[in-house]
Amino acid sequence: MAVSRLAPSASTLSKLLLHPVSAPPFSRPFSGTAAGDDQTVLTIETSVPFTGHKIDPPSRSVEATPKELLSFFQDMAVMRRMEIAADSLYKSKLIRGFCHLYDGQEAVAVGMEAAITQRDSIITAYRDHCTFLGRGGNLVEAFSELMGRRTGCSKGKGGSMHFYKKEAGFYGGHGIVGAQVPLGCGLAFAQKYFKDETVTFALYGDGAANQGQLFEALNISALWDLPVILVCENNHYGMGTAEWRAAKSAAYYKRGDYVPGLKVDGMDVLAVKQACKFAREHALKNGPIILEMDTYRYHGHSMSDPGSTYRTRDEITGIRQERDPIERVRKLILTHEIASASELKDIEKEIRKKVDEAIAQFKESPMPDPSELFADVYVKGYGVEMQACPGLKLSKSIK
Amino acid sequence: MAAALQMAGTLTASSNIVINSDRFRFGSLPRSSAGRKGTILVVKSDGRHTVGFNAGLRGANLITNAVAAKTEASAKTMDSKPGHEVLLFEALREGLEEEMDRDPRVCVMGEDVGHYGGSYKVTKGLADKYGDLRVLDTPIAENSFTGMGIGAAMTGLRPVVEGMNMGFLLLAFNQISNNCGMLHYTSGGQFTIPIVIRGPGGVGRQLGAEHSQRLESYFQSIPGLQMVACSTPYNAKGLMKAAIRSENPVVLFEHVLLYNLKERIPDEDYICCLEEAEMVRPGEHVTILMYSRMRYHVMQAAKTLVNKGYDPEVIDIRSLKPFDLYTIGNSIQKTHRVLIVEECMRTGGIGASLRAAIIDNFWDFLDAPIMCLSSQDVPTPYAGSLEDWTVVQPAQIVAAVEQLCQ
Repeated sequence: MAVSRLAPSASTLSKLLLHPVSAPPFSRPFSGTAAGDDQTVLTIETSVPFTGHKIDPPSRSVEATPKELLSFFQDMAVMRRMEIAADSLYKSKLIRGFCHLYDGQEAVAVGMEAAITQRDSIITAYRDHCTFLGRGGNLVEAFSELMGRRTGCSKGKGGSMHFYKKEAGFYGGHGIVGAQVPLGCGLAFAQKYFKDETVTFALYGDGAANQGQLFEALNISALWDLPVILVCENNHYGMGTAEWRAAKSAAYYKRGDYVPGLKVDGMDVLAVKQACKFAREHALKNGPIILEMDTYRYHGHSMSDPGSTYRTRDEITGIRQERDPIERVRKLILTHEIASASELKDIEKEIRKKVDEAIAQFKESPMPDPSELFADVYVKGYGVEMQACPGLKLSKSIK
Repeated sequence: MAAALQMAGTLTASSNIVINSDRFRFGSLPRSSAGRKGTILVVKSDGRHTVGFNAGLRGANLITNAVAAKTEASAKTMDSKPGHEVLLFEALREGLEEEMDRDPRVCVMGEDVGHYGGSYKVTKGLADKYGDLRVLDTPIAENSFTGMGIGAAMTGLRPVVEGMNMGFLLLAFNQISNNCGMLHYTSGGQFTIPIVIRGPGGVGRQLGAEHSQRLESYFQSIPGLQMVACSTPYNAKGLMKAAIRSENPVVLFEHVLLYNLKERIPDEDYICCLEEAEMVRPGEHVTILMYSRMRYHVMQAAKTLVNKGYDPEVIDIRSLKPFDLYTIGNSIQKTHRVLIVEECMRTGGIGASLRAAIIDNFWDFLDAPIMCLSSQDVPTPYAGSLEDWTVVQPAQIVAAVEQLCQ
C-alpha cells in the first residue's frame, strides 16, 4: 500500500505503520505437511500486495516449502537472539562505541538471502550484524568483532560498523550514511564488466535516501544499465527524525523517478523473498530498480539512543504484536502444521543456548596483537616495506 | 569552465624544454650510470634555442636505488634503443594504454574521458580502441563515480579515476578518505583497492582560485593512500604504470602546466618505483627537495646557483606519501643543508610534513635550519602578477640557497 502524504502527527504515523496487515497471514492452507519437507510447495499470500512505480508488481502469492519456512524461522531467531545478546553485552561494556541493532528488521536480511546466491553481492550501512549472518557469517566472527578480538571477521579492527565477508559477497559494513550506495553501484559495474550475470543489492535507510550521492549513483547506474538493486530499508526514522520530517516525499520507491520501484512489506519474509527475486530478474535484464522495504526497528538508532523520545512505546509494542516477522512465520508454521508450538520453543531455546555459548567462548578470546596496529594499512607490493614509524627504522639504515 | 580548461590544456609552459632523459633519470634506475653524459637543448617559446653545457655526472656514489626498485626495470638496459619523443600527456596516455592492453581489468572513468578524449587529451583515442565499457564517460558526479570506482576495485577491477581537476575531487573526499584509504584496514585485509585517482592540479595560467588549487596536503593524512607527483614525461609514464599495477590506492598528481613538456623516452616497457625519489642533479652544498612543477623553477635557479659557484643537489621527491627518506637521508648526510621548494600551501603542506620527518630522522646531520619555500596561503588570484607571487619563483630559490649556505 502506498504511504502517501503523511499528516504531521506521530500517532497517525503509528497507525499507518500498523496498517499494512490488512489480511490474515495465510489463505488457502495446505493439508498434511511435515516439517523438513522439501517437496511440498505451499502457496502463501503476502500480507499486502506490492505497489509498483513504473513497473508491474509481482504476484502476492509466494511459493515456499516447509523446510524453507523452518529455516526462515531459525535464521531470524538466531539474528534476534544475537541482537538482544549484543544489547546486554553493550550494557556490560564489552561492546564499545557504536552498536546499531537490527531486531525487527530480520525479515529483510533473511528474505533477501532466500532469493539470491552468494555470488550476488550485498552491501549495506552500519546496521550490518544480521546481514552478515545472513551471508554466511557465524556467531564466532560476529561477536569477536563486536568485542574487538582478533578472531573477529575484520580481525577486531573494524568493529560493529565494519563487518565484511568477501568470499560470501558481503561488502560491508559502512559508517558514513549513504556512502555505500555508490560503492554498491561500483560492485554492479564490475559484475557487468566481468559478465558475471549476478546482481548487487545496495541497502540504505530512509535517512540515507536523501543523500545526493544516491541520486548521482542511480543516474549513472541507469545510464549504464548496471545490475544494481537499491533497497531502502525504511524503518521510518532517520536516527531521531521521523521520515515525514526529513523527506518531502516519503515514497522512497518512487524517488528514483525514471527508475522503477516496488514497495514491499519488509516485515513479511515471503514478500521480501518474492520482491528480491523479481528485482534480481529485472536488474539483470533492464538495469537498476528500487525496492522500498517497509520495516521497523525495535531498538533505538543505536545503543546510545533509547528510541522512545521520538516515538511512543505504544507504537513499538503495537508493531511487535501485529507485524513481528518471527511471529508471522511462527503462525505460518503452526497453521500449516509444519511443527508444533513446543518444537518451535525448543528451537528457540537451542538457539539461545548456542548464542550464550558463543559469547562465553569469545569473552575469553584474545585482543589483537599490537603489531596488528600497522598491518593492512597498505598492501605489501613491489617489495616495499611500508614503514609505520620511519624514524625508528630508517635512521638505523642510513648510518 | 570547459572552455577555460581547454585553453589551459593548450597553453604551454613558459619554455618548451627538450630534456635529455639520461640526465634526469639516475634515481629511477638501479644501474650504475656513472660516465653517461648528455647535452641539453633548450628551446624557448620565441624560437630561440641554446645548447646547454654538458651536465656531466658528479659524485660516483649515487644512490640509484631508493626504497626498492621493481626488478623488471632493472632487467632493461636503457642505452640500446634511441626511444621516441613524447609530450607529457602522451606519455601518460602511453602508460595507460600499455596497462590497458596488458590487463583487461584496467578501465578508465571520468568526465569527458571517452568520446571527448579527455580535457587534457590524456585519454584521447582510448574510447575508440577499448569501447565504452572500459573508457567510461561519467556525468558530473565526482562523489558517486569515485565511490563507484572504489566499489569496482573491491571486486578486483582496476579503475583509473580521472578528476578533471584535482580540486573537483574535494567533492569525493569522503569516498577517498573513508572508503578508498580505509577499507583494506577495516576489513582486516579482505579487500584491496587497486584504484588510481589522477588528475591535474596546481597553479596554472590565470585559471582563478577554484581551478588552481594545490591540495596534495589535503590527502596526505589519509592512511592507506599512496601519493605520487609526476614531473617529466619519463616519470609520468613510469608512475602511471606503477600506480596501475600497485595493489594500493594511489593518487597521481599531475600539473596543468606540464602537459606539453617534451622528452625522449625509451621504447621498451618500464616503470618507476612509486616510493622512490629521483636524483635530478647530484651536488655537494645543499639538498633541494621539490616535486612537480617546482622542478623546473628549481632547475632554472640551479643554473644561476652554479654560475655563482654553488653546487646544489636537486632531488625530485616524487613520492609524496610515503616520503623516500632513504634517498633524502643519504643526501642530507652529504650536504647537511636542506631547502624544500613546493607549490603546496605553507600551512599544513607537504613541505611542512617533510620538514617534520627530516627533523625527526636526520636532526644530527643538519648544519642549518631547514628552509621551506611554499606557495602563499592565499586563494590563487586571477591577476597574472599576483598569481606569479603566489608560487615560488626561481629568484626566491636562489636567495634561499644563498642564505642557507652562508
